[in-house]
Amino acid sequence: MMEWTNAIVQGVLLGGLYALFAAGLSLIFGVMRLVNIAHGDLIVLAAYFGLTTSVMLGVHPFAALMVVVPLMAGLGYVLQRGLLNRTLGDDILPPLLVTFGLSVIIQNALLESYSSDPQKLSGGAIETASLQIGGLALGVLPLLTFGIAVVVIALLQWIFYATSLGRGFRAVSDNQDIAQIMGFNKAHVFGLAMALALAVTAIAGILLGIRTSFDPSVGGGRLIFGFEAVIIGGLGNLWGTLAGGVILGVAQTIGAKIDPGWQLLAGHIVFLIVLAVRPNGLFPRVDH
Amino acid sequence: MPDTLLALNGLDAHYGDFQALFGVDMEVHAGEVISIIGANGAGKTTLMRSITGLMRNTAEQINHLGQPIGRLRADQVAHRGIAMVPEGRQLFPSLSIEENLLVGGKVGRTGPWSLSKVYDMFPILAERKGQKSMSLSGGQQQMVAIGRALMANPDLILFDEISLGLAPVVISDIYKALPDIIGEGMTAMLVEQDISRALQVSSRVYCLQEGRVSLEGRTGDVSRDDITAAYFGVTT
Ligand SMILES: Nc1ncnc2c1ncn2[C@@H]1O[C@H](COP(=O)(O)OP(=O)(O)O)[C@@H](O)[C@H]1O
Ligand SMILES: [Mg+2]
Repeated sequence: MMEWTNAIVQGVLLGGLYALFAAGLSLIFGVMRLVNIAHGDLIVLAAYFGLTTSVMLGVHPFAALMVVVPLMAGLGYVLQRGLLNRTLGDDILPPLLVTFGLSVIIQNALLESYSSDPQKLSGGAIETASLQIGGLALGVLPLLTFGIAVVVIALLQWIFYATSLGRGFRAVSDNQDIAQIMGFNKAHVFGLAMALALAVTAIAGILLGIRTSFDPSVGGGRLIFGFEAVIIGGLGNLWGTLAGGVILGVAQTIGAKIDPGWQLLAGHIVFLIVLAVRPNGLFPRVDH
Repeated sequence: MPDTLLALNGLDAHYGDFQALFGVDMEVHAGEVISIIGANGAGKTTLMRSITGLMRNTAEQINHLGQPIGRLRADQVAHRGIAMVPEGRQLFPSLSIEENLLVGGKVGRTGPWSLSKVYDMFPILAERKGQKSMSLSGGQQQMVAIGRALMANPDLILFDEISLGLAPVVISDIYKALPDIIGEGMTAMLVEQDISRALQVSSRVYCLQEGRVSLEGRTGDVSRDDITAAYFGVTT
């Protein structure tokens, strides 16, 4: 019995990481209807940036966030204005093709610069520390990851619904033409949205890199987890995305408990069931 | 110095291969109200979209305060003080009523209009400011659309069929508010299907027919027959 409780709790905490994978994806889709195929590779890129920063400056990967978050945000803004804005239009295919190409380019650039050897960010004592709570041993890192995910989602929610920046995101998302005649420069608003999304990606990448080893090829899997969390939770709902991440995480840890080979499969099956029963996800946005 | 606020010089507009406007010339003077009339599909909305920067034009085709603005982006045009109440209202559905109005004030121009001034004119909006715009009646939505445009403190405001789809009594209410709006020293261009209403509030009229100006004149000078001919393209 305790073992199952443990599996569920571990799954919930893992869900926090998946929500961080998903949040940027969800934000970008919500604001500009862009499905970013390179999202997972950008998470891995952030992990490598974290690696280089912490090695070169000799600092803890968490301290590297001070460099990697602004770096990824800046990259997001430039990427959006320099490349992705040109692909957006009535046709949904160009952004898919271009971000797919971007995914390949990032993977190859990482292979060239860092080789295919697995790397890891060393988080020090935090990696093995755990707390005894009600007979369960909870890792400090997973707990911290989950806490960060909640804070990040709450922050994004606040930006979206309580600031003029967020009002601009929602206005442009609702009606691009009318938002423009109200004085919003669409290209700039999209740039800011991508900057925010990749700032979250930076956090996700560094937490991923402390938790597990990574190599240039693992981006695709992170994209899928993020994508599944978004769809399970319901498009356009950030708290739903967190719930989606948790459901996916729990499905995986329970699957793994039944048979270690079933971890990923169980997650995909739950995703497919949700998609079949509730195509709009469990908590779709309701404001129309 | 002539007080020409806006001049269109041989304005063309295209949707892909389809040409919607052909060499439209127009002049709007500061402080006047002009009406644009014409049958469905004549190009009235396209004309307004062009002025606001949503269509591709050459620089010289649109002149604002003596400067060519035809190549500016819509947001740049907005900052110059041109606002629009678009056809079909087009409020932002995921924003509350107050947020819709605040978005209108994004350009940050100073002038007589503010949130409280808009609420003074349309008190019902103050009562419902936290609600989503889609929960309002058509007439109330139109008030939001008008208020949203006013929040920009524009010096030129474009109204595209503000009476479309509204009950007659509501239309009367909105037209009653119009002098208050335009009385604040604003210049207005009014697209309207209801010709007599349009002529009542405007000093000059342009009629569009299949993308071309088919008639222009002072409202007192054009006859019903002139308008019918210009509107429907009746040739003799
Ligand atoms: N987005 C569009 N794509 C293609 N054609 C359009 C589009 N919008 C309008 N048109 C065409 O342009 C012409 C003028 O339309 P519009 O400016 O909306 O006329 P009006 O406002 O006078 O009714 C019409 O023939 C219409 O079919
Ligand atoms: Mg029209």
